[in-house]
Amino acid sequence: MRFARQSLRIAAKDLRAEMRTKEALNAALAFGVVILVIFSFVLDPGSEAIREMSGGLLWLTFVFAGALILNRAFARELPNDCLDTLLAAPLSGAALFLGKTLASFVLLIIVEGICLPIFGVLYDINWLLQPGLLAAVLLLATWGISVIGTVFSALTVNLRLRELMLPMLVYPIMIPALMAAMRLTTLLVTNEPISNDDWIWFRLLIGFDIIFTSLALGLVEIVLIG
Amino acid sequence: MREKILYGAGILGTLWLVRNLYVICLVLPDETAQGAIYRNLFFHVPSWFVSFTAYFAAGLASIAYVAKRNPVADTLAVACVEVGLVFTCVGLATGSIWARIIWGIWWTWDARLTWALITAVIYAGYLMLRRAIDDPTTRAKNAAVLCIFSFVSVMITYKSIEWWRTQHPDPVLSFRTGGGTIDPAMESAVFQNMLALALLAAVMIAVRMRQEAALREVDSLRRMAHAR
Repeated sequence: MRFARQSLRIAAKDLRAEMRTKEALNAALAFGVVILVIFSFVLDPGSEAIREMSGGLLWLTFVFAGALILNRAFARELPNDCLDTLLAAPLSGAALFLGKTLASFVLLIIVEGICLPIFGVLYDINWLLQPGLLAAVLLLATWGISVIGTVFSALTVNLRLRELMLPMLVYPIMIPALMAAMRLTTLLVTNEPISNDDWIWFRLLIGFDIIFTSLALGLVEIVLIG
Repeated sequence: MREKILYGAGILGTLWLVRNLYVICLVLPDETAQGAIYRNLFFHVPSWFVSFTAYFAAGLASIAYVAKRNPVADTLAVACVEVGLVFTCVGLATGSIWARIIWGIWWTWDARLTWALITAVIYAGYLMLRRAIDDPTTRAKNAAVLCIFSFVSVMITYKSIEWWRTQHPDPVLSFRTGGGTIDPAMESAVFQNMLALALLAAVMIAVRMRQEAALREVDSLRRMAHAR
């Protein structure tokens, strides 16, 4: 109970700080829209090809824009030695991590919630055909991305090449979740039924979330405190 | 004495490999369906076996480091990952050559191949992360955590031919299939090559560990000199 309260407190703190400055959020949103616009030069908007690639296109946008948010998860605490103070505070590293993951998750969902309608308008795609399943895919994959991103943000927070190292390390590890999310989103956006073969992607997403959340919660104490 | 054992084992592994080459190329006949190119199997399967074993050892060493904070465990982990990555590259290259002959293409984005490539990229990232951190304790700690995360990818690669319908051939060795898919003489050659390569890998890991230990010593001496 105490653990949950502490995590929520950290998440609320991060979200409040972000909503005041909107540093990462504005950057991620602008970047997301820029990527969506650039993709329109690669493929003919409104063509069949763009529908078939819609899942991949969307998730590439989400993770590229998301990296900006994830980068800030722990880097936000560097000025004024806030990270040291947080670590000295009477809360466990896991609670700190979970709070930061929750905050990243909410911010990523906001970015996705804004990019998705823009994508629909720009590429003339009705993405609301199977809203329930699409929401499930978005939530599951975004949680996976937030967990991995936040734990690696902690790993790389003190590096010289932080902005470079985070995507280098995070994208390959995220690939299982991304592959699943891309495949499922394409099916849902083009209103194709999810066949028996494709349910494995749902299972993969859930498995990915469970495995990496438990690994991260177990190991983050070592990363943060040593 | 230790050095002699190490180099002795290295020479033994090399000789064993030469002997295996003789058996593979001159004693065993061509396979009926694939012809001569099937001999690739004798290197492809053993190198993946060695690389996965090395990653597994690196994962265990990383867990040991996290639990005990023994620098030797970190040394073992980095040595295993480096040697494992070399064998991963051998596995990817031999697989590619085989695919060019049998499938007509060097590469295809099938589940097994894709995961194998992702594993290689992830472990390359591990080595890059180590380079980016100067402080030895932070480096060991963060690298250990990354190494534990990375092992998930190895497990997915191993299981991918069961989870997805892939173009990659099914397992042929009898401990995975229950027997009957491969001639005992050929299987014996695969296992012998596996052992020879594993022996060579162990020697390389030991040599690499000595280098890391020396590096650590030089580093601590330099720190001492700076502190004066």
